[in-house]
Amino acid sequence: MAIWVNEATRVVVQGITGKEGQFHTRACVEYGTNVVAGVTPGKGGQFMDEIPVFNTVAQAVSATGADTSLIFVPPPFAADAIMEAADSGVALIVCITEGIPVMDMLKVKAFLGGKSVRLLGPNCPGVITPGACKLGIMPGMIHKPGGPIGVVSRSGTLTYEVVDQLTKRGLGQTTCIGIGGDPINGTDFIDCLAAFEADPQTKGVVMVGEIGGSAEEEASAFIKAEMSKPVVGFIAGITAPPGRRMGHAGAIVTGSAGTAAGKIAALEAGGVHVCENLGGLGDLCATVFAGL
Amino acid sequence: MKIHEYQAKALFRANGVATPVGNVAFSVDEALAQVEELGGYPVVIKAQIHAGGRGKGGGVKLAHSKAEVKEVVSDILGMTLTTKQTGPQGKLVDKILVEEGLDIRHEFYLSILPDRQTDSVMIMASREGGMDIEEVAEKSPDKLIKVRVNPLAGLQGFHVREVAFGLGLGGETFKSFATLLRSLFALFMEYDCSLVEINPLVVLTDGNVVALDAKVDVDSNSLYRHPDITEMRDESEEDPLEVEASKYGLNYINLDGNIGNMVNGAGLAMATMDIIQQAGATPANFLDVGGGASADMVEQGFRLILSDARVKGVLINIFGGILRCDVLAEGVVQAARTVDIKIPVVVRMEGTNVERGRQILLESGLNLITATDLADAAKKVAAIVA
Repeated sequence: MAIWVNEATRVVVQGITGKEGQFHTRACVEYGTNVVAGVTPGKGGQFMDEIPVFNTVAQAVSATGADTSLIFVPPPFAADAIMEAADSGVALIVCITEGIPVMDMLKVKAFLGGKSVRLLGPNCPGVITPGACKLGIMPGMIHKPGGPIGVVSRSGTLTYEVVDQLTKRGLGQTTCIGIGGDPINGTDFIDCLAAFEADPQTKGVVMVGEIGGSAEEEASAFIKAEMSKPVVGFIAGITAPPGRRMGHAGAIVTGSAGTAAGKIAALEAGGVHVCENLGGLGDLCATVFAGL
Repeated sequence: MKIHEYQAKALFRANGVATPVGNVAFSVDEALAQVEELGGYPVVIKAQIHAGGRGKGGGVKLAHSKAEVKEVVSDILGMTLTTKQTGPQGKLVDKILVEEGLDIRHEFYLSILPDRQTDSVMIMASREGGMDIEEVAEKSPDKLIKVRVNPLAGLQGFHVREVAFGLGLGGETFKSFATLLRSLFALFMEYDCSLVEINPLVVLTDGNVVALDAKVDVDSNSLYRHPDITEMRDESEEDPLEVEASKYGLNYINLDGNIGNMVNGAGLAMATMDIIQQAGATPANFLDVGGGASADMVEQGFRLILSDARVKGVLINIFGGILRCDVLAEGVVQAARTVDIKIPVVVRMEGTNVERGRQILLESGLNLITATDLADAAKKVAAIVA
């Protein structure tokens, strides 16, 4: 089962002939992902390895039946790329690009309103259903296929750390999702939690948040009201000074809002098993998820 | 990116947002020349630093005569201004804004910012001008007017009316405010602002509305399309180590602690800082070398950390994804050859090419402390500060 991506997912990579696009497309293909097309404007008719390249996403979709787009387009052109993908009729768009201006993303979100397409990211590592489909830049080998744990996170390498600890304790994953570190992004925690709750193969969830915004607080309310499966939560940034952007554009404490302490309190109130020290996350998961 | 009040006001005027007449000055003589041009008293002298709360800290003063201008300007130029936002060390004032004094009838608050929760552009306004807006939001949220604008459709007439009537404006003042808000909104969109704030926005005795203060923050990710804003960057307002780091494409924030750290990825970097604190030490910095770091970048990052005299030890925590552990190891060895490392360095590596990375560190002959996992790394950091 897992959620959103699997063996049948047919992928078009936007920006496939760029350095990043080539490198990660090859890693995805090597993992077993079904990449059916690439798009680079002006390079239609060429091939990247064996993969046909098209000038537009619409052409790629109509020629290959791609249903998912993976975007490696530089920030100045990324908003355009997302809207092009949404217009082509794909069901899922994963945007890896870091550094897209907030104003561009506000317009993208308004453009997507009412469309049934799902956007993941931007500024995210992507999504992986271990053993079936890797759609992003995460190292495939740290994952363990077969579930029963779903992982959702705002961060990249921090997610790898969490997945690695799960795998080392024998806890496999159904699907691992990076929702991205930008203030304005597509899919949020609640979308992922709802999908994991509905997925019969997923028995428990690890949710990794960080300072800034109120997505974790909203997720906590959802977990309390709607979720029957156990959730382990972790929040990064207890030591982050207020008013400073901690790498991620969205990771900033403004006044009394967005603090780690506030988020941890909200998670606890939502019935989440909160891990306070990342070094002990694997142990906590082994305890909470025992017998699943 | 932050810009100074005088730069923000120049941007305001160029885009049709009314401000007091005034200009920047770097010396007493320049200030006197500015006053001459204004042609009357009183004048307002305002310290130009990237921090709020300047008035309470003594950085904003009125002057009613030439003698008073001299006195006030000499006081403010060269002072170390300490406000709620500067931290206890304060900031050195090397420039001032000289402005005409105005007859004020009322002070309002007005700001525009992106709203993460609703994916819209939010206008906030209040009749309680000059106050800390967070305080207003907390104590009397009903006094805060919030209007959300669809970024594609843009500002509509009803948005302006909701704010203006909400503030209780009428007649000529309504018209003057509406013009200002439309211009300000256009500026916000045009320049990719992450915040535009006027506190206070004032209604003059003649009914006109003027931006008495101006704060503009521009989204750093958008600077590639705003070369004019990029030129306004004032490096003297930033931490020298952070300026140095930005030259190498490193994401570095200088903090007060005793354990330096170098990590790949912002989330893991924050979590590593937290681990350092939980181990009984304090993080000396945030340093994300990023996903695509080269050995050179790692070397520069390492040198930055070691240049901070307060640092008693270093924790390197790398989860190799795109950044391979062997590249990291080469950077560390490269740095160690040129910098004399006198403090303990704990290295924790995992992920892509970890075996080769560990081998490079081992064969380098460097005296490094290796940690098997994060829990182990925390123990070894604790031992350094014990």
